[in-house]
Amino acid sequence: MSALAWLLGCDAALLALSLAAIVIGSRGRGGFFVYSAALALCLGLLAGGAFQLLGRQAPEAIVLPLGLPWIGANFRLDALSAVFVMIVNLGAAAASLYGIGYGRHERDPERVLPFLPGFLAGMNLVLLADDAYTFLFSWEFMSLTSWALVMAHHRESDNQRAGYVYIVMASFGTLALLLAFGLLAGAGGAYTFQAMRAASPTAGVAGLALMLALVGAGSKAGLVPLHVWLPLAHPAAPSHVSALMSGVMTKVAVYGFVRFAFDLLGPPAWWWSIVVLTLGGITAVMGVLYALMQHDLKRLLAYHTVENIGIIHIGLGLALAFKAFGIPSAAALALTAGLLHVFNHSVFKSLLFFGAGAVLTATGERDMEHLGGLIHPMPLTALVFLVGCAAISALPPFNGFVSEWLTFQAILLSPQLPSWGLKLLVPAVGALLALSAALAAACFVKAFGVTFLGRPRTDVATGAVETDRFSLTAMFAFAALCLIAGVFPGFFIDLLASAVKSLVGDRMPVQRGIEWLSIVPIAESRSSYNGLLVFLFITASASLASVAIHRLASDVVRKAPAWDCGFPEPSPATQYTAESFGEPIRRVYGAFAFSARERVDMPAPGEMRPARIDVEMHDLVWEFFYQPVVDAVAFFARRLNALQFLTIRQYLSVVFAALVTLLLVLASWP
Amino acid sequence: MALIGDLSIQFSQMFLVLLLAPLLTGFVRQVKARLLRRRGPPLLQPYRDLIRLCRKEAVIAHSASWLFRFVPYLVFAATWVAAALIPTFAAGLLFSWSADLIAIIALLGAARFFLALAGMDVGTSFGGLGSSREAMFATLAEPAMIMIVFSLALVAGSTQLSTVAAFMTSPAVGLRVSLGLALIALIIVAIAENGRIPVDNPATHLELTMVHEAMVLEYSGRHLALLELASSLKLLLYVSLIACIFTPWGIAHVGKGFSLHAIGLVAYVGKLAVAGMLLALFETTIAKMRVFRVPDFVGVAFMLGFLAVLLRFVSGSL
Repeated sequence: MSALAWLLGCDAALLALSLAAIVIGSRGRGGFFVYSAALALCLGLLAGGAFQLLGRQAPEAIVLPLGLPWIGANFRLDALSAVFVMIVNLGAAAASLYGIGYGRHERDPERVLPFLPGFLAGMNLVLLADDAYTFLFSWEFMSLTSWALVMAHHRESDNQRAGYVYIVMASFGTLALLLAFGLLAGAGGAYTFQAMRAASPTAGVAGLALMLALVGAGSKAGLVPLHVWLPLAHPAAPSHVSALMSGVMTKVAVYGFVRFAFDLLGPPAWWWSIVVLTLGGITAVMGVLYALMQHDLKRLLAYHTVENIGIIHIGLGLALAFKAFGIPSAAALALTAGLLHVFNHSVFKSLLFFGAGAVLTATGERDMEHLGGLIHPMPLTALVFLVGCAAISALPPFNGFVSEWLTFQAILLSPQLPSWGLKLLVPAVGALLALSAALAAACFVKAFGVTFLGRPRTDVATGAVETDRFSLTAMFAFAALCLIAGVFPGFFIDLLASAVKSLVGDRMPVQRGIEWLSIVPIAESRSSYNGLLVFLFITASASLASVAIHRLASDVVRKAPAWDCGFPEPSPATQYTAESFGEPIRRVYGAFAFSARERVDMPAPGEMRPARIDVEMHDLVWEFFYQPVVDAVAFFARRLNALQFLTIRQYLSVVFAALVTLLLVLASWP
Repeated sequence: MALIGDLSIQFSQMFLVLLLAPLLTGFVRQVKARLLRRRGPPLLQPYRDLIRLCRKEAVIAHSASWLFRFVPYLVFAATWVAAALIPTFAAGLLFSWSADLIAIIALLGAARFFLALAGMDVGTSFGGLGSSREAMFATLAEPAMIMIVFSLALVAGSTQLSTVAAFMTSPAVGLRVSLGLALIALIIVAIAENGRIPVDNPATHLELTMVHEAMVLEYSGRHLALLELASSLKLLLYVSLIACIFTPWGIAHVGKGFSLHAIGLVAYVGKLAVAGMLLALFETTIAKMRVFRVPDFVGVAFMLGFLAVLLRFVSGSL
């Protein structure tokens, strides 16, 4: 049996599971059954993708008699699809495993279980689609099922708003993709990808289609300024669905963009990369700055997804630039960096959302200001969350560092680009990337420090208990993967090679045979990195120091009250909060990024009222891009509202006038 | 045979930096004291402090977690590994290919990440204050450092520190504007990263001024000793980095004889002494800044580094 048929079979089984879940979802063991079955199917899909990729199979295609009658439903599995099938189903399998435990605490399982397997199947079908109709249908199916999952807890008013904004933005994104496909299909209406590849659109049409694809896929991935729905919708869903949406669904969106920009549109124009790089750089920094201002743990993580999508797009934009100027080896490096970050982000972001879900289960709180000290009651969750924090902050030897390092190496190759616009833009993008990496580290010191360290701020934080075994298994597996992918990155780079080669015509040098398992992007004299040795060196010197000091000097420990310069304060309210931790950063960057203003209201000496500090912050993207649209819609809606209260005679005259106008237009049509 | 030679150079450098680090700290203190017409502590005082701290029991707050006891070893190890990968008296380091300059900076970033977490672990207001300020400084110092690395890498065509150091001794370097900008930026970053005046004062326990000291306030005994040693190592690391890139004279290259290594060693100690004196002189002539002036100061380094990179992108000869 071919790999593609196997994958499609598994997807069909997932859809069937969705239907079955309607019946059994609300029964006692229904959740366990649905999640276990989803786990098994995702592992099957993962195996199918791995078989295709590791076996270096040739791309294969299947046409099913579904969809539009004259083209059928085209499916195709090539190296790029296989890479994303593996990434998506790895995350999906972990989320299903996590769901076995997490789902037990679900209040309304019948609102989650029927949609989850369908959501997984939708994402998989997007990756396999080989014609515009199947692609858009699967894409919209994925959007709607995820919308239903966001609305699982629909009684909370925040979630209603989140669901509303999400469905509006998702429809807008699909519309953009629809138009992009319409442009590529041209007048002939060839909807298969094969026909689109064969047709060579003019430069103008291709550029317009790329912009539409960037808007369509970017709105799903969370590119600034199209990100507004993401920090609302991702946290609103149950945590394993949040992990899927943030860690996995955004990757499907990246896949959509890569498929367009590197495959369907043919040879790129150099100015495409300017748009992608600019958006990527801005997205990376704005995403992390937004995240730094949050004190809702899940919303903070959602904003970090925005940041990482920016980093991925920086890699993709560089690859487009190198490809446009015919430097395939550098394009291969940049594209590998981007795709590796896609994989890495799916791993550590899922892990972090799992951790946030464990905290939510244990305390019922997402607000970090009400947590604290969770490392004592939940040591295992704290450990894996710490690994996730270190990985997303791009600290060696974890995996996040490798992909950012490769992106930096790609930036260092870009002086050879002959375009002046890019020569000026790429250093700025490099600076933005460096800035976002440093800000991310600060943000995760805050996230981990306020949630897990210090003293508990409320009773719920004191009374927390460690989460269940299934959740812990999923989290430990992904934490281990963060370390493995950081220590043996060469293996993962080699896995991406065939996809990269099919898209830009070259691949990174084979990493497998390099001694000591280093990674060498170009040449060893230029740059190399060895995660394994760095990890071993740190472990060895830490153990050496520990053994030497414990043997030769002292190993006595005494427990005592905190010192705090001699004035310890028993109330946990004196600790630094998320808000106060972020305050210096807000003062440095906030005035620019959020028009933040602080007003201190200090009573005169002798006055008995308390002092106050008021902070005023603006979401500039919302106010400048969205509020005008919202206002315009509201304005016209109010005006048109009058039409609902006419008398019957007035309605008749309106209908008559419309008829006459239409006839006149028709009569004067050339 | 060559492997044994390389290995011995690598390990001798590794232990040399560990041995010299407290000496440099003591030397800077001594020179500063002399400039202020005080007698100052003896040169070897930092060693005595470390030994005394190691022998004492470690007092740990009730609210501290396992992370608190784990962090000093990790911070020390990350800083030591980073310091061991920087050429001091000889260039051909055996393991220099395992981590390039970007990775060395990331290692220091990892040390800072965990130290900031340890500052928040006990749950005191001072610890959080130190961590929050350190995180804010780092958000500018780290990108500034990356920009400096970019400009060096674009000049030398490599992010590998051994290659950069070898390139800097070759006549191909010449006088370059971008290198000058990078040098100024690197000095600013070094001052900020090591918490020296005017950014932070390593000798004070005043809540308005302290950053690094606030993070390590709850530490005692051997844990404090390790953190002190790590911060000495970090100072030495930055001095070595500046020395091996901008004053690469005397560094022994791969395959050179014993005598050249001896000359390299003398030259290295000489460079440390000069750098220590300059640092002490600078610190005595300037006042500590307000915390919210520091981003401007470090921001200058970021801008200079960015300018250097931009110049390299625009013209190959600048």
